[in-house]
Amino acid sequence: MSATTSTPVGDTERVRAMLGSADAGRKRTDRMMTGLIYAAFVVAMIPLVSLLWTVVIRGIERFSPYFLSVSMRGVFGGMDAGGIYHAIVGTLVITLVAAAISVPIGLLTAVYLVEYGRGPLARVTTFFVDVMTGIPSIVAGLFAFALFAIFFGPGVRLGVAASVALSVLMIPVVVRSSEEMLRLVPNELREASYALGVPKWLTIIKVVLRTSVAGLTTGVLLSIARVIGETAPILITAGYADSINFNPFEGRMATLPVYIFTQYRQGTVPCAPGALDCVEDINLMRAWAAALTLILIVMLLNLVGRLVTRFFAPKLR
Amino acid sequence: MAQRIDVKDLNIYYGDFMAVQGVSMTIDPKSVTAFIGPSGCGKSTFLRTLNRMHEVIPGAHVEGKVEMEGVDLYGPDVDPVAVRRSIGMVFQRPNPFPTMSIRDNVLAGVKLNNKRISRSDADDLVESSLRGANLWNEVKDRLDKPGSGLSGGQQQRLCIARAIAVKPQVLLMDEPCSALDPISTLAIEDLIQELKQDYTIVIVTHNMQQAARVSDRTAFFNIAGTGKPGRLIEMDETATIFSTPKEKATEDYVSGRFG
Amino acid sequence: MTTTASPPATTRRRRSGDTERGMSRVFRWISTAAAVLLLAVLAAVAVFLVQRGLPALTASGEELQTAGRLPRGMTHLGQLVGPLVFGTLLAAAIALLLATPVAVGIALFISHYAPRRLAAGIGYVVDLLAAIPSVVFGLWGGRTLAPVVADVWVWVAGVLNSIPGLEVRATATGRSLATASVVLAVMILPIITAVSREVFLQTPKLHEEAALALGATRWEVVRTAVLPFGRSGVISAAMLGLGRALGETMAVLMILSPGLLYSFQIFDSGQQQTIAAYIANQFPESSGLAVNVLIATGLALFVITMAVNMLARWIVARRKEFSGAN
Repeated sequence: MSATTSTPVGDTERVRAMLGSADAGRKRTDRMMTGLIYAAFVVAMIPLVSLLWTVVIRGIERFSPYFLSVSMRGVFGGMDAGGIYHAIVGTLVITLVAAAISVPIGLLTAVYLVEYGRGPLARVTTFFVDVMTGIPSIVAGLFAFALFAIFFGPGVRLGVAASVALSVLMIPVVVRSSEEMLRLVPNELREASYALGVPKWLTIIKVVLRTSVAGLTTGVLLSIARVIGETAPILITAGYADSINFNPFEGRMATLPVYIFTQYRQGTVPCAPGALDCVEDINLMRAWAAALTLILIVMLLNLVGRLVTRFFAPKLR
Repeated sequence: MAQRIDVKDLNIYYGDFMAVQGVSMTIDPKSVTAFIGPSGCGKSTFLRTLNRMHEVIPGAHVEGKVEMEGVDLYGPDVDPVAVRRSIGMVFQRPNPFPTMSIRDNVLAGVKLNNKRISRSDADDLVESSLRGANLWNEVKDRLDKPGSGLSGGQQQRLCIARAIAVKPQVLLMDEPCSALDPISTLAIEDLIQELKQDYTIVIVTHNMQQAARVSDRTAFFNIAGTGKPGRLIEMDETATIFSTPKEKATEDYVSGRFG
Repeated sequence: MTTTASPPATTRRRRSGDTERGMSRVFRWISTAAAVLLLAVLAAVAVFLVQRGLPALTASGEELQTAGRLPRGMTHLGQLVGPLVFGTLLAAAIALLLATPVAVGIALFISHYAPRRLAAGIGYVVDLLAAIPSVVFGLWGGRTLAPVVADVWVWVAGVLNSIPGLEVRATATGRSLATASVVLAVMILPIITAVSREVFLQTPKLHEEAALALGATRWEVVRTAVLPFGRSGVISAAMLGLGRALGETMAVLMILSPGLLYSFQIFDSGQQQTIAAYIANQFPESSGLAVNVLIATGLALFVITMAVNMLARWIVARRKEFSGAN
């Protein structure tokens, strides 16, 4: 005791030296890695900011009610005209048909996996849903083309074929998100329902699906947002058109992504000197404006999806 | 080797919430100090401030002083990383690194230091640390097996070996036996008795018999009610605390009347 | 009284039980059928690709030349698929090499470095990156990025050329595989980040505290506790990213000036091409056997991506077993 109360000054100094960080090398490594990790974040922000900035700045030039409300029918060369109405129509029709195919299949598969799934079929399904998420979009397009070519002959281009291609991409996403949402429903709720004598199928519809409806909606909206920007499978199955087509069962259809791609590919137009109604990079201007529209649609879907969960999800915990 | 710790008027916060209020105490070198008290009284929280593990939790901070040999651990020129090297810690649940072998677990702290340690020195350190933790004879034939394959008691002793391999001044133990069976608990208690020859040991325990068995001095913490901060009620020789405590609350607690 | 009242009660109960069981059975059947249908769709994808690709595999060299529209000088399918597979793998590998370190960095930033409120915001931003359609990435890559990085590539090629025995060419247009790979890297960044972040956040607090109590700095905690725990998770995340990069069409199609060579000149134009971009490029003008040829190459892509994805899932599943055992 007496030894500790009269601490020698040297001992205090020794402790002070020990506690003041002596190891400069480790400190340096730590600081360097912190710097690198912050740098990684900054590096990733550069393309995002650059992309959004460019799309907004270049897209706004041509973005107008006129642009949104006319098609490309009769527009050629460097004409200062044309819009994306037909592409918006095509995008909506094809995506809605794809959703109409995917949501029932995806949702019911998720119900199967969560409520009934036991044994090998459930395991196989889970595994292949994962595998299906990895199908390249172009392969989905080839599949849909091959399927429709049987019935409609080679060279078939139909909106509904594009919808089938998108469904192949969309179903696994719907299954995954719905499964996650259904698993969030506490078992006590199901048991409470059974205890009231409610049969299983009504429990699923009235309790499980009802409780998770906000989450399911969000999942569907996000999956739509994911496939609405698909280009390659639509290019193969629905092709491209200049005019408005509301009928997915007849003829080619344009969609926004394919529109962007076609305009981009046409590039600049050689204008005769002194030509009044000729804009050299009209195609690219249209491409940027269409890209802005597409991004706005995707962001809107994402935003609405998140808001649905935030405001309508029941408080489970 | 072992150092003395002085705590002066320490308040501990989680964000705005004061968890522990106004603790002052002296922890003697080469002795075992036990912290007892009911759940939620802040004894573990207080223990974690002694090696600045407390501040790992976002928003957590302290007021007051914790001095080791007169040097404030919270002083501006003190590196928390160096503090934790000098004041080792053993946790409630054994936590060997699952991806490392037994040998690598013991050497983990040394290797962090980037010190080039020769193979024979490393072997010596592994052996002496494991012997120090009374584990050598049980694992010497399987040093390259993963540490997660050991029993709970063995894992906890491996964690003690890992903590003493970096040659700390002080060893903090946060309910080291609460996840162990009685036999493993006895092994750890025996080990604590041996370790106090070289280290200053502070142990938090829920088990009053354990505190009575292993410690030289005992501190009793209590809490007035939920939402109120925990306080140090009384600290004295262990024998005194368990026979003739000064405070009524201490007597009630050690005689099992509440808590 | 009791004897007369009970028989109708039991029959009614049995009947109602029967209908309930009936509806429940129907519902079970419907949902099981959906799962089976999903598997059937996947099987159909494989069957159709094989069935439609088969004519290209059996056709003679001459047929492939004329009706199959193989590029000049090619007489069998391997001569087309070979360079395409090479180009696909090369582009995806470079993208992966660029994206993985950055993604792991961002994941660590979110899980262990950034203040908590900022971390949530960054999570949203990364999700935002994932939501941008690939065609917009292609547009941006072709019009904005390519002219800018072209100068960088020319400079890099210049530096590399100063090493004796190395001949590196770079195009001034920026329409090279390197540019396409950079865009692919940006596109797969969100996937790798999201999966890695989840794994890093699951690191047991116990292990992190063990490292801290040994006097580890923040980076040392990451190195001793977080990275070893998350390693297999990061690997499978990278594999998922690889699967995505292999199948990505538009970014490559809109940026790369293609060629069909086994070439490592990644800064030059007219060297390589990927399967997906080749199909999308050729398909609109193809018919008959030429379509079969494209479907056969698509089959090759399908097989490669399936293999990569299954491998990734397998690693994830194995990891789950490991953590379950603890």
